[in-house]
Amino acid sequence: MDIHALQQIVHQTRDARRKQTLPKLSPADRDQLIHKYHPDFRASAFRPIRFGPNVGDKTAIELATLLEGDSSIADGFDLTPHYTTDVLVVGGGGAGCAAALHAHGAGAKVMLATKLRLGDSNSVMAQGGMQISVAPEDSPVTHFVDTLKGGHMQNDHQLLKVMVEEGPSIAKWLLSLGVLFDRDGDGNLHVKKGGGSSKPRLLTCSDYTGLEIMRVLKDEVLNQKIQLLEFCAAVELTSDEKGHCTGAIFKDLDNQRHVVVAAKSVILATGGIGRLHIQGFPTSNHYGATGDGLCLSYRLGAKLMHVDTFQYHPSGAVYPEQLIGALVTEGIRSEGGHLVNAKGERFVNELDTRDVVSASIIRECEEGRGIRTMSGRIGVWLDTPLLDAASGPGTMEKHFPAMMLQFERFGIDISKDPVLIYPTLHYQNGGVKIDTNSETDVKNLFVAGEASGGLHGRNRLMGNSLLDLMVFGKRSGLTAAARAAAMPQGKLTVEHLKGFRAEAKKHGNASGVVSPMVLPAYTRKES
Amino acid sequence: MAQEDSNVIDQPEVIRHKMVTVEIAGKKYDVPEGITIIKALWYSGQEVVRGAGCLGGFCGACAAYYRTKDDPKVRTCLACQMAVQDGMSITMMPPFPARKATYDIQALKDPKQDLFNLYPEAPLCRNCNACTEACPQKIDVREGVWKAVFGDFKSVSEMFMDCVMCGMCTPVCIADIAPNLVALYVSRAQGAHFTEKPAGLDTRIKEIQDGRFTDEWAKILKMTEKELADHCATVK
Repeated sequence: MDIHALQQIVHQTRDARRKQTLPKLSPADRDQLIHKYHPDFRASAFRPIRFGPNVGDKTAIELATLLEGDSSIADGFDLTPHYTTDVLVVGGGGAGCAAALHAHGAGAKVMLATKLRLGDSNSVMAQGGMQISVAPEDSPVTHFVDTLKGGHMQNDHQLLKVMVEEGPSIAKWLLSLGVLFDRDGDGNLHVKKGGGSSKPRLLTCSDYTGLEIMRVLKDEVLNQKIQLLEFCAAVELTSDEKGHCTGAIFKDLDNQRHVVVAAKSVILATGGIGRLHIQGFPTSNHYGATGDGLCLSYRLGAKLMHVDTFQYHPSGAVYPEQLIGALVTEGIRSEGGHLVNAKGERFVNELDTRDVVSASIIRECEEGRGIRTMSGRIGVWLDTPLLDAASGPGTMEKHFPAMMLQFERFGIDISKDPVLIYPTLHYQNGGVKIDTNSETDVKNLFVAGEASGGLHGRNRLMGNSLLDLMVFGKRSGLTAAARAAAMPQGKLTVEHLKGFRAEAKKHGNASGVVSPMVLPAYTRKES
Repeated sequence: MAQEDSNVIDQPEVIRHKMVTVEIAGKKYDVPEGITIIKALWYSGQEVVRGAGCLGGFCGACAAYYRTKDDPKVRTCLACQMAVQDGMSITMMPPFPARKATYDIQALKDPKQDLFNLYPEAPLCRNCNACTEACPQKIDVREGVWKAVFGDFKSVSEMFMDCVMCGMCTPVCIADIAPNLVALYVSRAQGAHFTEKPAGLDTRIKEIQDGRFTDEWAKILKMTEKELADHCATVK
């Protein structure tokens, strides 16, 4: 049927739905729903890791294969450094920029390497906002409690306390750099309510929060003349005789040459895993989200945690084809947008946590109440025209210009027509285990941002990622910089690979997979 | 199920399975109609390193030029956001060596005047409007440059909130202005120097420093798992 004909039910039922209130689920009902429908609980998609620091722990098959993968660096590789620095930051997104700026500000010599361009990251796409408890009726403790609930009580308390307490000073730092957060009439920071939060706490820059923060941070990295190594992918870390991290080996993607960097500390800010397309899901992630930092840390002996849980953002676009997997911001649901099945019914409190909302969408679709596209996709409606109907014409355009433009390019006016959505692979809840200074089990190896684990428990709350990047980027940068002055540069070896390869051999791992992946293999081979 | 069949969207691009011929950097390839330019690059067997970033229309990495069949007009787009059609000619924009001024944003004494030192070419706009026409985000770039020059930093910061820094406004400028970089400076100056400091934020920072939440933290952090879960359940 014509898409417009199918949409009629959304228009017809709007007024009736607006009178409804759907309660959030009780903890018991949440658990039941998630266990039945959330992709994390599809047992066949997971397997135990065969060896290494997390031997026996389950993770997605796609990730397990990469973690057990071999290094591209052979024994006897020439490790004469091309560059020497105090702090080496790997990754050019929010956490990487924050780490580099703070380390540089503390007086360290800093190099920032990224496999794409400075700023190419998931951070730049963050639309929903950044959770910081600035409202008088809110507090860091409430922020802590909300996040803990969202994370199924599995969050590391120390990491979480640090994040919520440092939030307000991060906001001040960003303002001082010129970030234009939305304001109230009295000049105070405007706060919006996000899914899973008990108080309005989201700081926003319309629906361009990540873009605005990244424009400013990138510009500041350039202004501070921090040394950059762009289009260079980290393919291995180096270690000294004690197993401490001492640098990294990169592959320059322009000329395929290797670049060796000696560093007193390495900060991996390599982001997430969306491009592994776990369980075949489309993803909202950027081109380079291939979990490189996880593989590199794991081979050097760092323990991972919560790598059996991934976040599926409830609203990935399903139609048109060109936008599959692209995110339709949660902000629309925050402002009252309903989720509607093929029968014109709401089926979940739209502001419940992401795992609950995603699981309920999957339930609707599996039980035959979804809308299908000719290409075999399935989804439910997000009633975007409701916002103009409720708050006056022009509301969508004013609050969600990025979303409007994205669909307008394909001839769809989302202020008039609802959008078809289905969960999309969005975020890696877990990652490399860190302490409150963002350091891993491996000395002088730091991990900041999405690549780290523990902070978000088993489900990250909306708006906590941008704050995570800024807080742990800062802490890793400051710690690494403080340490640099008093320590000598360690020796560069790849001795750790010997042990890793011996383990791989013992466990019969001959998959032939080399990791990290660096970029997804989308190029079509000869047919 | 009959019910499912009535809930299927017709999609011309899927039903037809039509292939179209496009020209990528001067060479012809057959690719499925309606896929994005980036996907057309992959489909035609090209490795993409430069020219792909967020794949969501936010990072500006995939700036591209295209021309549709028989139309002399060369247009700009973000390759991850543009669908191919038959007869389209496409080429990716190479990195352009625009000059970025460097500055210490917090130390600026007179940001509106400093604009002319940092970007002395900014007031030399000759009003050709090519930058506005080149903007894939539909920003009125030319107007923004003039507003910057006349000191209306607030308007510039609002107009350029959509800017993905693709830089397509720069190669077309006959006055050698990099409008996106000018606007970035202006927006940062607006934020750092001409926007009210939020009083509530300072209050909260001070509360944290003064230990206003210390007792509450102590209570929360010594709870057993069960007590904490019960406490969490009470917060709605």
